[in-house]
Amino acid sequence: MTLISQAIVDGLLTGGIYALMASGLTLVFGVMDIINIAQGALVVLGAYLSFVLQTHLHIDLFVGLLITMPAMFLLGLVIEWAFVRPLKRDRTQLSILVTFAVALIIEGLLGNVFTTDYQQLHAWYTEQSLHLLGFYLPYIYVFAFLLSVVLLGGLYLLLYRTTFGRSLRATMENRTAAQLIGIDVERVSAVTFGIGVALTAAGGMAFGATTSFNPGSSYDLISRLLVIIILGGMGSLSGALIASLSMLVIEDIVAVVWSPVWSSTIFFALLVVLLLIRPQGLLGKLATRSQ
Amino acid sequence: MTSLQTLNKFRIPALLAVLVVFIVFPLVFSNPAVTSIAIFTLIFAAAGTAWNIFSGYTGYIALGHAAYFGIGCYTIAILCQDWHIQGGWGPFWTVPIAGVLAALVAIPTGAIALRTRKHTFIVITIAIFFIAQLMAYNLRGLTGGSQGLSLPFPLWDPGVYNLPFYYVILAILLVALAASWWVRNSKFGLGLLAIRDDEDRARGLGVKTVPMKLTAFVISAFFVGMCGAVWAYFLGSIYPPFAFDALFDVTIALMAFMGGLGTLSGPIIGAVILIPAQQYFTLYYGQNGYYLILYGALFLVVILLLPQGIVPSVSRLWVKVFTPREAPAMPPAPQMPASGESPGSGGSQGFKTKNGANGKPPTSGAATYPAPQTPATQQR
Repeated sequence: MTLISQAIVDGLLTGGIYALMASGLTLVFGVMDIINIAQGALVVLGAYLSFVLQTHLHIDLFVGLLITMPAMFLLGLVIEWAFVRPLKRDRTQLSILVTFAVALIIEGLLGNVFTTDYQQLHAWYTEQSLHLLGFYLPYIYVFAFLLSVVLLGGLYLLLYRTTFGRSLRATMENRTAAQLIGIDVERVSAVTFGIGVALTAAGGMAFGATTSFNPGSSYDLISRLLVIIILGGMGSLSGALIASLSMLVIEDIVAVVWSPVWSSTIFFALLVVLLLIRPQGLLGKLATRSQ
Repeated sequence: MTSLQTLNKFRIPALLAVLVVFIVFPLVFSNPAVTSIAIFTLIFAAAGTAWNIFSGYTGYIALGHAAYFGIGCYTIAILCQDWHIQGGWGPFWTVPIAGVLAALVAIPTGAIALRTRKHTFIVITIAIFFIAQLMAYNLRGLTGGSQGLSLPFPLWDPGVYNLPFYYVILAILLVALAASWWVRNSKFGLGLLAIRDDEDRARGLGVKTVPMKLTAFVISAFFVGMCGAVWAYFLGSIYPPFAFDALFDVTIALMAFMGGLGTLSGPIIGAVILIPAQQYFTLYYGQNGYYLILYGALFLVVILLLPQGIVPSVSRLWVKVFTPREAPAMPPAPQMPASGESPGSGGSQGFKTKNGANGKPPTSGAATYPAPQTPATQQR
């Protein structure tokens, strides 16, 4: 029983990290109608950036985010401008292929610079655990979870309490109508993409501090993230949040009760089962026909 | 006579010439390194042709066909092991079984995936692919887990070792091509194209979209499974990450996009250009990730600069260059249907909706100049 409750707590904490990565993905989809397959590779890139800052400049992982997040934001703007904006027709499908190509390039570059050896981020909080209410919680999980809460809270404020957030939500709801009332949807799209990529810097740091990674880790990550945002309903932030928490909890419970080798299979099998019942995901809207 | 009919006149001799080139190729270039690359090219050409039967014609981009490829790989390996088939011609007889098994698996998985559309469909196919890969890792009793399985080794003379593989996969490619041609020219294929252009309208017009999509999906999985079996036998051993390779999905999609999605010859042209380049990159730059960078960059160039692929672009160029001068009123924009050429052509474009459901303009040379006897968008 304690094992299961420990698994639930672990799942919730890791789920927070996944929510951070998935929220960027689902936000970009909601606004721009594209799926950024490169999100997984960008998370790994974020992890490597934190790794470089820590090993070469001795900057603390969390402090380093003040550098990596703006840098990744700019990278997002560049990717959006160079590769996504030129797609005029068939955006959803072509964007998947284009961002996959971006992911391949990032993976190749990382493999070239850092080799394919596994790395892990280390700091005092990755080695010690917090003993709380009978649970052993590694500090990094707690800190990463708090970071997710802070960043997702900030994202919420940005979306619901600012003018930019209002135009973003308008663009999400109806791109053409938003354009007609004078919203610069191109700019909104670019900034949204930037935010989505900036969130991967934080997600990548948390990912790299909790698991060992190499440039090829992006495949596993992106498949999980895609499952999460599909489950939650594409474009729904709260859906992504619920889906990432519940999926990671379920995965951890399966790992404890049954076997760790089957836990990721369950992850994907659950997606298939859920989509048989609700093709639009938990909180998604039914895709309507676009004329 | 329109320029396209001129093109049609040369089609049969040209196709025969290409076929002869394919048949004599390994006899002329008998270097094993060259024929190995040729075999990989043909495997991918056949798989791409099969993938195109579903994804190219229906517009549903499936990124999980590596699952059926891997099932083909494991079927031939397990059957050879269990039935004690010796190396030689024997294992080739299990290749159709591998295809059938892949097709059988494709029926339920395809039915599940096809409940969704567009991006969700793409993600479901990716998820099914990952389930299959994890199964290969985890069902150790059947698949040997990450240790993989090895296949019997044929004791052919090294000089002609590659030839049986070459001709078997060439035969599979021809059958897949024939199937693709038949689908393209049948009422079934017309229904698939209607699904690509506007699925809801097609259903409203009485096209049985659900069974049609599933049939096309299963047909493509059947051929992809056979390709996997030949590939596994040629390599001699299989491991989960290679039998179920995410790059396989992207490669066949890229090939089809490069050659021309939904065209008959597009995937083959894409394979002939891409696979030798890929083999070369892997061989010489595989170590340090350059291969992935080059590959990704090529991918970007194709999609951003040639979004319609080589075949539609070239056939449009052909029409532009060789059209007789007496039709100068032709608007240069490729989306516009031909006005003066064939006045009765309006009715033959019944399936062409305005820009299609996906905003995909039916920009093909043939759609611009519909030949009188062929409805909808025909091009090869």
